[in-house]
Amino acid sequence: MKATFGATKGLVPPLLLGVVTLLLWQLAVVTLEIKPFVLPSPTAIGGQFFENMPTVWSNSLVTGFNSLVGVFVGAVLGILLAIIASLVRTIDELSSAVVAAAMVLPIVALAPVLYGMFSASQQTARQLVASLAVFVPVYVNTLKGLRQVRPVHRDLMRAHAATTWQTIGTVTLPTALPFIFTGVRIASSLAVIAAVIAEYFGGPIGGLGKSITTAAAGSNYPLAWAYVLGSIILGLVFYLAVLAVERWVLRNRGS
Amino acid sequence: MTRQDGMSTVQDSTTDPKTDAAPAAHGPAVAAVNVGKVFEGQRGARVSALEDINLTVERGEFVSLIGPSGCGKSTLMRLIADLDQPTSGELTVFGKSAHQARLDQDYGIAFQQAGLLPWRTVRQNIELPLQLHKVGKAERAERSSELLNLVGLTDFGDNFPDQLSGGMQQRVAIARALAESPNLLLMDEPFGALDEMTREHMQGELAHICAETGAAVVFVTHSIPEAVFLADRVVVLSPRPGRIRAIVDVKFTGATERTELLRESKAFFSSVSEVREHLHGSADANPLGVDN
Repeated sequence: MKATFGATKGLVPPLLLGVVTLLLWQLAVVTLEIKPFVLPSPTAIGGQFFENMPTVWSNSLVTGFNSLVGVFVGAVLGILLAIIASLVRTIDELSSAVVAAAMVLPIVALAPVLYGMFSASQQTARQLVASLAVFVPVYVNTLKGLRQVRPVHRDLMRAHAATTWQTIGTVTLPTALPFIFTGVRIASSLAVIAAVIAEYFGGPIGGLGKSITTAAAGSNYPLAWAYVLGSIILGLVFYLAVLAVERWVLRNRGS
Repeated sequence: MTRQDGMSTVQDSTTDPKTDAAPAAHGPAVAAVNVGKVFEGQRGARVSALEDINLTVERGEFVSLIGPSGCGKSTLMRLIADLDQPTSGELTVFGKSAHQARLDQDYGIAFQQAGLLPWRTVRQNIELPLQLHKVGKAERAERSSELLNLVGLTDFGDNFPDQLSGGMQQRVAIARALAESPNLLLMDEPFGALDEMTREHMQGELAHICAETGAAVVFVTHSIPEAVFLADRVVVLSPRPGRIRAIVDVKFTGATERTELLRESKAFFSSVSEVREHLHGSADANPLGVDN
């Protein structure tokens, strides 16, 4: 009860800020007579959004699916490789340089190259870009989490002659779980961003990014903005979904 | 602390030490011959933690290790537990190497920090050693119920550790150490983080549990009254490098059970003074490290 109330209370200020911003925006566009190609008014964007709801929805499905594949593939690979790196020192040392490089590399910049490697009519390149974007934060956070095991727990598992895999299953992974979730949560919105931007560089028709460029190229700026709004909502949905799973899992295990 | 008086007497399988398992084990619970431990630091720095430790802990005997901070008493316990390896000398546990004894799970262990897994309930924590050794679910549940009863936490089996007080958490840790009815209990300042009231109460409970289970105990502490109250023998260690300075026999005539009355007795006070003299007595003693 208290938590729900607290959450609602915490939501009020940002919501208020959002509404005030939209009102000021609307007011500015109307009173200063800003042209739509510079900045359309919120009502115009909203109108386009609801008018084109079916296409926004279908394009969101394409981008959303690519992002989802990215989250799953990237998270699974990130967690598995982090476990291996935590066990084998050489792999850890070898991978740290690669991961450091991946962190500064704008992964979406790989999209045009990947379109060349895979068929430009397939979604594979986009899904790969999303997977790579997810992999990095999940790997880094999981590896950090796997190193949080308290010495007393390590001693305990050794004293009880637990096998390596038993230790990973009973102590190491549960200790790392909050860190893994943080990684996946950060990565979930990154996946959407990566999937949207990858579409800017080519690939098959369909997807929010493709629609934004198409609408902008046709000078239909309110429609482009409507697709941007769709991308924002999609990223938010991904983030909140992971957050909900995280809350549920961590609450059910007591800490 | 609720249920301070919750310790109950259990006359069942917890009372008889492993009769069916590990028949091969003979020899004393712990036998250390000239055991030494040198830690290799960085850039070739060598720290000698223990030197010439000769100690035998008989089956069913309660031995306290006492000494100033950093005298290597915890190190000695870790060597017995095979969490560290001695650099010299020979150490056997029930006639086998410490390594084999660990693999055979001949000892139960409790640390200064309770070391409970916060994502597991109290019951799941107690069952952890059994689960690691593939004991069936029904048997695990039965055993954990017995142990919860033994440490007076029957009503808290489904709670998570952070919902329990420090003393209760430590009792869970002791129950976990007892889960497989070990013949040897290793305890590294298990009551070190507790307040004096809880501490004395826990000491009474531990004495009671040990009398019931008949396990040998190696108990590391830096409290003189605690060492004297619990132990049959108190081993006094000197600071860096840790050597055995004296072994004090604590035999309370007539007092077979260690109760609160014992703390007031003359024999108790004289043993406390004797241990204190050994701790502070010789020239190289460093009494600053001892908080009794």
